[in-house]
Amino acid sequence: MTLSNEIIIQKITDKFGEAVTNFTEPYEMLTFEISSDKAIELIQFLRDDETLRFNFLTTMGGIHFPDNGVERQFAMMYQMHNWVDNVRIRFKAYLNGENPEIETATRLFTCANWMEREAYDFYGIIFNGHPDLKRILNMDEMISFPMRKEFPLEDQGRTDKDDRYFGRIPVNANSN
Amino acid sequence: MQIQIEMSEIVLKSIEDKYADMIRQRENEDGSELSILNLGPTHPATHGIFQNVLLMDGEKILDAEPTIGYIHRAFEKIAENRPFYQITPLTDRMNYCSSPINNMGWWLTVEKLLNIEVPKRAQYIRVIMMELARITDHLICNSILAVDAGAFTGFLYVMQYREKVYEIYEELCGARLTTNMGRIGGLERDLSDTGFRKLNAFMKEFPVAFKEFETLVSRNRIFIDRCVNVGAISAEKAMAYGFTGPNLRAAGVDYDVRKMNPYSSYQDFEFDIPVGRSGDTYDRYCVRNAEVWESLKIIQQAIDKMPEGPYHADVPDYYLPPKEDVYNNMEALIYHFKIVMGEIPVPKGEVYHAVEGGNGELGFYLVSDGSRVPYRLHFRRPCFIYYQAYTEMIKGGYLSDAILILSSLNVIAGELDA
Repeated sequence: MTLSNEIIIQKITDKFGEAVTNFTEPYEMLTFEISSDKAIELIQFLRDDETLRFNFLTTMGGIHFPDNGVERQFAMMYQMHNWVDNVRIRFKAYLNGENPEIETATRLFTCANWMEREAYDFYGIIFNGHPDLKRILNMDEMISFPMRKEFPLEDQGRTDKDDRYFGRIPVNANSN
Repeated sequence: MQIQIEMSEIVLKSIEDKYADMIRQRENEDGSELSILNLGPTHPATHGIFQNVLLMDGEKILDAEPTIGYIHRAFEKIAENRPFYQITPLTDRMNYCSSPINNMGWWLTVEKLLNIEVPKRAQYIRVIMMELARITDHLICNSILAVDAGAFTGFLYVMQYREKVYEIYEELCGARLTTNMGRIGGLERDLSDTGFRKLNAFMKEFPVAFKEFETLVSRNRIFIDRCVNVGAISAEKAMAYGFTGPNLRAAGVDYDVRKMNPYSSYQDFEFDIPVGRSGDTYDRYCVRNAEVWESLKIIQQAIDKMPEGPYHADVPDYYLPPKEDVYNNMEALIYHFKIVMGEIPVPKGEVYHAVEGGNGELGFYLVSDGSRVPYRLHFRRPCFIYYQAYTEMIKGGYLSDAILILSSLNVIAGELDA
């Protein structure tokens, strides 16, 4: 028996009730929302349930929605893949804009480690319980979270291009 | 006074290496002299710019601290400010050993978003290009692995064939390394007769040279001794670490996006998925070699079954009209203007598309808000995800093995850092 989206929806709503909402199927991939405090529980359920068997965490990443209300300004997107029935799903956990926090998925999937560090590096999303939450691609001295929408791409005509060897400090670096 | 001393101690602690304590402790315990070694960021053996700070006990690695991001170019941020056509050059620069796969992956994502059906001929030519790219990718990985193990000759036998592949790319897109190949809905031009001639010549000559490479390296006693049981990883661990592609298949899991979610007509071709057993360096080498043969099989089938017909879909909203028409035809001029200015109609939506890249599942997660640029574009870069396992794979081994493991994982710095 193949795993259809209806069965997945049924099983998830049975287990999580109100916490999962907004089921859609853009381009044949089941997509829904999960409240951020239940996200990790959901990943565990999807992985360990005998019918669902989503055994692979494909990818995850942050998204910034500055125009939303403060409760929904960030989202953490997770994508999982069931290799047995070949089904992919995607879900988002919306996070508070002032204080984006979510529990880490590292205890379920080792690969979440760097992906969460990347999300922290770019969006400043804090992963509670992460073993080593620090910047990964950007330099450690950086104080901003560059993928947030409020940071425009650098103006190509900028003339003050520099670095600290000339006694200047990049605008988004910590001066210490 | 007291406070001042404490402050200086704190400062000292914060600038001190994280291994310093461990080194002192071990010295006190059994008098062993541990040392710290910087492997990278710029070292010929790392094949790219990334650093590992190794804690060594003689030749043995006790612990490692990877640092990446040396060539981070913020592609995801740049992509949020570029119309679709200007994003392919960014994808080129991720896995630059197999850029056509990245290009096609991006076009397939966009086509999925726009619901465009690509004609069969274009799909087959794309498959040929992607498989050629896979061959060059695996060639680099395996021949350099042999070089790292001290066997330089094999590398020289096969490297000229990468050049031949680049010449075939040239026939299609004019570029060699960073190809920027393809357009929304198909290809920028049909593969010319010269292109097919070069392709056929490659199909005839390359297997001979590659066979020779295999006879030189695969059963070489020194090479086997250096590779077998080095950097082995179990299937469960590999999956938890998010391995995909040849590295996962070497551990015995036959996950391949081309079979699982066929794209660009991969379902029309017959090919096998080679798997290894132990996930060690030698298995990774063998899986890549076997994949080269499978790719050759696919290319031959594509050449034999090559359908006639257009090489791009009829989508004037997205596909640039021929230059001739732009000069002589009002409608074409309007389309040309709109496409060049990035004013193409884009639906709202989110889409994920994955292709089997040289190193594994290369995914594109695109959120479109209907404007000329993506709202969010996330690249699932296989290298970035599986490189996490490197620390664990080299711990307890020797330094010389660490180099081989790194080569056999085929970590491409461009893709790692994006």
